[in-house]
Amino acid sequence: MTADLATYNFAYLDEQTKRMIRRAILKAIAIPGYQVPFASREMPMPYGWGTGGVQVTASIIGPEDVLKVIDQGADDTTNAVSIRAFFQKVADVAVTTHTKDATIIQTRHRIPEQKLTEGQILVYQVPIPEPLRFLEPRETETRKMHALEEYGLMHVKLYEDIAINGRISKTYAYPVKVDGRYVMDPSPTPKFDNPKMHMSDALQLFGAGREKRIYAVPPHTQVVSLDFEDYPFEIQKFEQDCALCGAHGVYLDEVVLDDKGGRMFVCSDTDHCEDRREHGHVGAMLATDREAAE
Amino acid sequence: MYVAVKGGEAAITNAHRLLADRRRGDRSLPSVTIDQIAEQLGLAVDRVMAEASLYDRSLAALAVRQSRGDLIEAIFLLRAYRTTLPRFGSSVPLDTADMQVERRVSATYKDLPGGQLLGPTFDYTHRLLDPSLLSDEAVEEPARREAGEEAIMRVSDILAHEGLIEADGDLPQDQPAGDLTREPLEFPMSRDLRLQALARGDEGFLLALGYSTQRGYGRNHPFVGEVRIGEVEVEMDIPELGFAVSLGRIRVTECQMVNQFKGSSKAPPQFTRGYGLVFGQNERKAMSMSLVDRALRAEELGEDITAPAQDEEFVISHSDNVQATGFVEHLKLPHYVDFQAELAMVRKMRADIEAARNGENEMKDAAE
Amino acid sequence: MAANTEAFSGGFSNPVFESQSVFRMVMDGMARPGTIRTVEQDAGQPDPLGSAAGAIALTLCDHDTPVWLSAGFSQSAVAEWIGFHSGAPITREKAEARFAFKEASSALSSFGLFSAGTQEYPDRSTTLVIEVEALGEGQELTLAGPGILHSTTAKVAGLPETFLRLWADNRTLFPRGIDVILTAGRHFLCLPRTTRING
Repeated sequence: MTADLATYNFAYLDEQTKRMIRRAILKAIAIPGYQVPFASREMPMPYGWGTGGVQVTASIIGPEDVLKVIDQGADDTTNAVSIRAFFQKVADVAVTTHTKDATIIQTRHRIPEQKLTEGQILVYQVPIPEPLRFLEPRETETRKMHALEEYGLMHVKLYEDIAINGRISKTYAYPVKVDGRYVMDPSPTPKFDNPKMHMSDALQLFGAGREKRIYAVPPHTQVVSLDFEDYPFEIQKFEQDCALCGAHGVYLDEVVLDDKGGRMFVCSDTDHCEDRREHGHVGAMLATDREAAE
Repeated sequence: MYVAVKGGEAAITNAHRLLADRRRGDRSLPSVTIDQIAEQLGLAVDRVMAEASLYDRSLAALAVRQSRGDLIEAIFLLRAYRTTLPRFGSSVPLDTADMQVERRVSATYKDLPGGQLLGPTFDYTHRLLDPSLLSDEAVEEPARREAGEEAIMRVSDILAHEGLIEADGDLPQDQPAGDLTREPLEFPMSRDLRLQALARGDEGFLLALGYSTQRGYGRNHPFVGEVRIGEVEVEMDIPELGFAVSLGRIRVTECQMVNQFKGSSKAPPQFTRGYGLVFGQNERKAMSMSLVDRALRAEELGEDITAPAQDEEFVISHSDNVQATGFVEHLKLPHYVDFQAELAMVRKMRADIEAARNGENEMKDAAE
Repeated sequence: MAANTEAFSGGFSNPVFESQSVFRMVMDGMARPGTIRTVEQDAGQPDPLGSAAGAIALTLCDHDTPVWLSAGFSQSAVAEWIGFHSGAPITREKAEARFAFKEASSALSSFGLFSAGTQEYPDRSTTLVIEVEALGEGQELTLAGPGILHSTTAKVAGLPETFLRLWADNRTLFPRGIDVILTAGRHFLCLPRTTRING
């Protein structure tokens, strides 16, 4: 019986695997929005739970980095906690919840509210990297469509939606065109976050482990959400402010308070919310609680 | 007041503690050992080794124990370990004709050189629960055949003499066998990669697909030319030595399915073959694999592709149970950000409809 | 014998962290074309390979990446050094090469024989590492494209005469195309295929 089963390399992946992923990342950056196939490895967490993002992060991370991991915008969701703990264990890396202090931010389903800066890297966990997949299940077909820049079907589909629903009903994973060439899936972020991808100062990397694809958007690159002249792209708007910090124009989570329809809205980006509260911003509910306490 | 959920870390730690408790179960009972699992739940261990693509009985038994008997979880554990192992090279092709055969049956011949050897099979057991297994009764030693017998000829070699059956495929001279764990998948696949994917594919998925071909979804007229189970030598070429050295012996199950074929524009009438080879003893998997392998050769043999089992991209993209279980189960991860977006959209659409209806009613009222 | 000693010496002293650090510079360089990066790591490469080029070879090349070398490199200890330290097979076929290394002031007649990838798989293209005399001095190039806010400039001394014309041709192939890293001693800058250059 093997007594010591395994000693793992820095950041878990072996060096050959890292080189393979690094080469894929470089080509992904050179061809913005194009999905580079890579030989995704089995990771010690399930496929669909961020193995692509984890492999990308593991291939780029170094001892100088400060890592932030979020899921649904929050640092304390269980899968974010689990991935952060993984990197603390295998790479002994510094971690933070503060967006501004992080050099690498691995995310699932959100882009932080705070504007990212030069030198930061945002790593997205991607379940289905192919934006055309909901039109065409076959890889052999969608690859041809990208090669020929044949995106007519996508527009037809979106327009059908308008004809039936009076609007484009896609609310997340809303397709974008990168640098005027490739149509790309932004991962299942709400379309609220799409504008943050456009001309970002940060490098954006996307990893899809199960589907074995890596893609990228370099900094200062055009990322345009698909739309029509008569139906321009619009992001979600919330009527309420955050009940805790009073933030307006941010993405909010709806929290159910009771079974009688009582609910409140709070920042989805927990770090943004905490930071605002530390700086003295007070939302409606927090204010009421304080009054009650006095 | 509302407090944002904290303490994910503590929750995870406690969940792991509870999991360990449930895995161990009643402490007044002795703990099951790795050796006991390897010896007495050998077929579970075989399946884990096969679908994890790692031949190591002890580690597979450990994985079965750690996973509380959830075999897909055990396969996942062993795969995640396998992926960290260094690679020294690839073995020379196994010579299954040289197998130390423990079981060998052919459905195509009544008798054949080497004979029909039933071996350790459930086939003719009456499926009656055996009360003697409630206690630990002594088990008889097995009967053994005389040692030193000659190798048992493969059925495909018997048919090959008449030229009635297609030959074993060969890889082109300088083409090393592919490895889908090292290179990204690309469709259409070469048969070597496809067989690798099937060999580690989910037993249940392949069983269902194989079954579907028998029921007419891509029928391919199969006969079991042979199923054999036994030990084969694994050898590896060492360039520095200039010859192959033995790395040891492994138990495998091989199935040669012989399929009647009327010929097409691409191939003459002859018996074609579907092939299955898996680690350990697993006839169901090897047979299913050979049915699906044959079905997936439709394009190569110029047959119409009409059924799911013949659709390479469909079959191979969905045969891996570690991938499948991960993605299905990921749905339980929080999706509330996207759900919020959908919620707002549905509310807005309902409000629009409501407004339109009210508008109509007002017009009606005004008209009356 | 001397050539052999040279081929077997050198390499990173701490491959895991040094290659991570060099990779991050290359990645940042590709993400911000034209910015000059300086390699502090010592790859111990034999002449005439520059230290940035040597470090890049150790960081990115291995068994899976056939490497093409220009004549000056292939006739020196460089070929054996790359083979020994990275395991990369040396190829004479430009089209097979995942990476190609070209020594300073050697002629550059065409990119055409290097792989530009295919329309379906434009990532399967060569990355060409070209040694020049100096970066930060010499001819001023104006660069624009993804990774660059508006436009930026980069100075390069000893750029092959044909380069700008070849680069313009390379641009027209997009999404196919080769990617280039210009190296000068410890310094390098990246030119992904998306970068537009005005001389």
